[in-house]
Amino acid sequence: MSTQEYPVPVLPFERKAIAKAVNPEVTAFNHTRSVSRRDFLKAGSVLVIGVSLFGCSEGEREQVAETPAISGPWTPDVYVSFDAEGTVTIVSHRSEMGQGIKTSLPAVVADEMEADWNRVVVEQATGDKKFGDQSTGGSLSVISFFQRMREAGASVRLLLEQAAAQQWGVAVSECSAQQHKVVHKGSDKSADFRELLAVASQLPVPTPDQLTLKTPDQYRYIGKSMRIVDMHEMTHGTARYGADIRVPGMKFAAIARPPVVFGKVKSYDATKALAVKGVQAVVELPALEPPAVYKALGGVAVVADNSWAALKARDLLSVEWDNGANADYDSGRFKQALLEAVRQPGANQRNDGNFDEAQASAASTLEAEYYAPHLGHMMMEPPAAMADVRADFCEVWAPTQDPQSLVGMATAISGLPEDKVRINMSLLGSAFGRKGKGDYVNEALFLSKEVGAPVLVQWSREDEVRHGYYHTVSAQHLSVGLDESGKVTAWRHRLAYPSIMSTFNPAAKAPAKLELGQGVINLPYEIDNIRVEASEADAKVRIGWLRSVCTIFQSFAINAFSDEIAHARGLDPVENLLELLGPDRTIDLARFGMENKEGHPFQTGRLRGVIELVAEKAGWGRELPAGHGLGIAAQYSFDTYAAAVIEVAVGEDGSWRVPRVDFAIDCGQVVNVDRVKAQQEGAAVFGLSLARYGKLTMSNGRVDQGNFNDSRLVRFGMDPETHVHLVDSHLAPSGVGEPGVPPFAPALANAIFAATGKRIRELPIGIRI
Amino acid sequence: MITLKVNGESRQFDGDGDMPLLWYLRDELALTGTKYSCGKGLCGSCTVHLNGSAVRSCVMTMAAVDGAEVTTIEGLGANEMHPLQVAWAENDVPQCGYCQPGQIMQAASLLAQNPSPDDKQIEDTMQGVICRCGTYSRIRKAIKSAAGGAS
Repeated sequence: MSTQEYPVPVLPFERKAIAKAVNPEVTAFNHTRSVSRRDFLKAGSVLVIGVSLFGCSEGEREQVAETPAISGPWTPDVYVSFDAEGTVTIVSHRSEMGQGIKTSLPAVVADEMEADWNRVVVEQATGDKKFGDQSTGGSLSVISFFQRMREAGASVRLLLEQAAAQQWGVAVSECSAQQHKVVHKGSDKSADFRELLAVASQLPVPTPDQLTLKTPDQYRYIGKSMRIVDMHEMTHGTARYGADIRVPGMKFAAIARPPVVFGKVKSYDATKALAVKGVQAVVELPALEPPAVYKALGGVAVVADNSWAALKARDLLSVEWDNGANADYDSGRFKQALLEAVRQPGANQRNDGNFDEAQASAASTLEAEYYAPHLGHMMMEPPAAMADVRADFCEVWAPTQDPQSLVGMATAISGLPEDKVRINMSLLGSAFGRKGKGDYVNEALFLSKEVGAPVLVQWSREDEVRHGYYHTVSAQHLSVGLDESGKVTAWRHRLAYPSIMSTFNPAAKAPAKLELGQGVINLPYEIDNIRVEASEADAKVRIGWLRSVCTIFQSFAINAFSDEIAHARGLDPVENLLELLGPDRTIDLARFGMENKEGHPFQTGRLRGVIELVAEKAGWGRELPAGHGLGIAAQYSFDTYAAAVIEVAVGEDGSWRVPRVDFAIDCGQVVNVDRVKAQQEGAAVFGLSLARYGKLTMSNGRVDQGNFNDSRLVRFGMDPETHVHLVDSHLAPSGVGEPGVPPFAPALANAIFAATGKRIRELPIGIRI
Repeated sequence: MITLKVNGESRQFDGDGDMPLLWYLRDELALTGTKYSCGKGLCGSCTVHLNGSAVRSCVMTMAAVDGAEVTTIEGLGANEMHPLQVAWAENDVPQCGYCQPGQIMQAASLLAQNPSPDDKQIEDTMQGVICRCGTYSRIRKAIKSAAGGAS
């Protein structure tokens, strides 16, 4: 048995043709509801739309009794089922980690099918390929599933309209669904969905070409603000996260992991640990061999009757480690090596025109270096997972962004076939990319199999900080040439950083296209001579992805350097950005070996639009108090166009704060206005945390920090007043979870320059300038 | 033997007196609404009321709570919704929701002691509870609206 063998997963950035991967099919759900609607209502919680619960009077109910009923649940679509009462269950198959997807995608289905939201129950899916892609990342959930959810809803609506037409002997075109009823045009005939189920369930499911989707003016829920379905549970302590599952006979585990990645246990003494009351077993995990993928790190586990005994005894283990080849990692020395690397030529990744010639003939030149350190995810819920590996069945409960990767993991460890494995998805106490990597689930599976009981593995905060998949560390060198008029004629961007791909392939030493494609090789500036060069860098820790991924540092360097160009040219920064962007046009991404995504062409006019909008709304150029400054940055990411204006206030002692942030976001059709705004409010706090404090350092291959005292986050009272300006659009919807983050740090750096004349070229900024 | 009241019910505990209250609530009583996040009293996710005052249950040992009355998030709105729970919904505060029990318990303790806190008092109290999703501005609005409703 091995924890080491299971398929390499698909990364969330590698967008596949997933939107239509699943055809409507008739299947019954084999899992339980995670939202108890009855509890929700009993507690008198506020509902989004104020109509009566069952949407019908007593008289109507009596009428219902005479209509034929369905004997069991009817599932016209893999995401939609009805019970005999006419209550609709809509499956949320993506991971809910604070972005509101468990509300927003089901609301799209409900809108298209004309369901009354008060008669909708949202059910969290298990990890199952029948739902299509479930790897929740890359801000992709709405991008990938908006159309599919509309089709699911429209398909059910058509079935119900056809059933009414058949029942009444009228044409389908005369029947239309409205809020859980079908009504007949030209008569007063009307039937609740419940009364139509028996007939509808006998009809063939329509194909997508038979469907008529709503026009935007017909939307009821799309483009509005929908309250999240877990509101009551989240405010009453009944929402279930990764460590909240309780089953009889379960055990709790904590693990002493190798302090250096790919380190091994040389020997250990468990005497003191075993003496702790409640400790059941001490188990050594297999050592991790490259590639890391989502495998367990190895180490020694304590399995106990409660979390406290496990954590206490874990700290009493005496383990001697063989730290291996990564023990030489020193992030201070590595920083110098990366900076040296970007002072030298690297491998060409984009080469328009002739940079060298243009630079040689430039009237003036400008260059700057940028550095950004490793970051941790620091989600409030550290990794935790429970697994129950039995002889005939294997079950997992986990906060996961990638449940289908856990199916393969569970089958590999349990030796059971897929149909004997169930992956239950809890809510995620935030994730930011960390919980797409199921090493903690791997640990729970291994330990459950070893001890023959359900085992909940609980990571401490220190475990989370010291055993993460870190956002990479980077150095960048930017260089431009300007002609006599000040126009930029040559642009060169050199980068060096360990690649995410190193986690999957130890031979991957250079930044990958999917990383450089986050703003660098697809730079939309209209400059004749552009060269991008990337250098190799060894990964000495597991490299992962963090909310906004490489755009965090790439957008920082590009936008901060653009501001330096504005200053060199004597141009207003907004004017400068618009001039660099050039005339409105569509960028052909295929030129750079990237994919032109259907429905999501990269249009520079939309980036111009958010720059102009944010400048207007933020009052760009307005009078400011002494010590204050405004900065701007704009970034296209995750198919969305985002721009930020930040106001900074700098004290005489160099202390600083951010009184105000304005975001302009063009994400096409907005699905849930409130959640899109909430994501940008969160992006401001996230962006401020990383710009002010975000930094993990490594010495002798070990992470130096451990908890919120030395790896700080923005607290209450430091949060900026955030204004979110959404572009009104019915274009294809695009990502909203990540795009607010990238423009934050550079807009802040540019604001600090405006306030003080000091350039920020390294993150984090720290608490004083 | 340690005796205490949790959400009005009398309880007895004869285990490790060093066990933090957090793990007793979660593992022994299955009251999992109180969340673990830092284990060092640094983030406030585990905040409960001990004899009416907000404390970090992750650093409060069982030995130290002998004879105490403990209220958790499950006990806060057990009979009718606390004004903060209503305000939290009306202001659409939570994102991932994980820290919110701690936020609500901290705010409830503040309002119990000071029904009309000013901005500085709110900030001084709430800065102890971290929200990584960044819901602070809505927490502020919700506390003010609950305080306004109460006064």
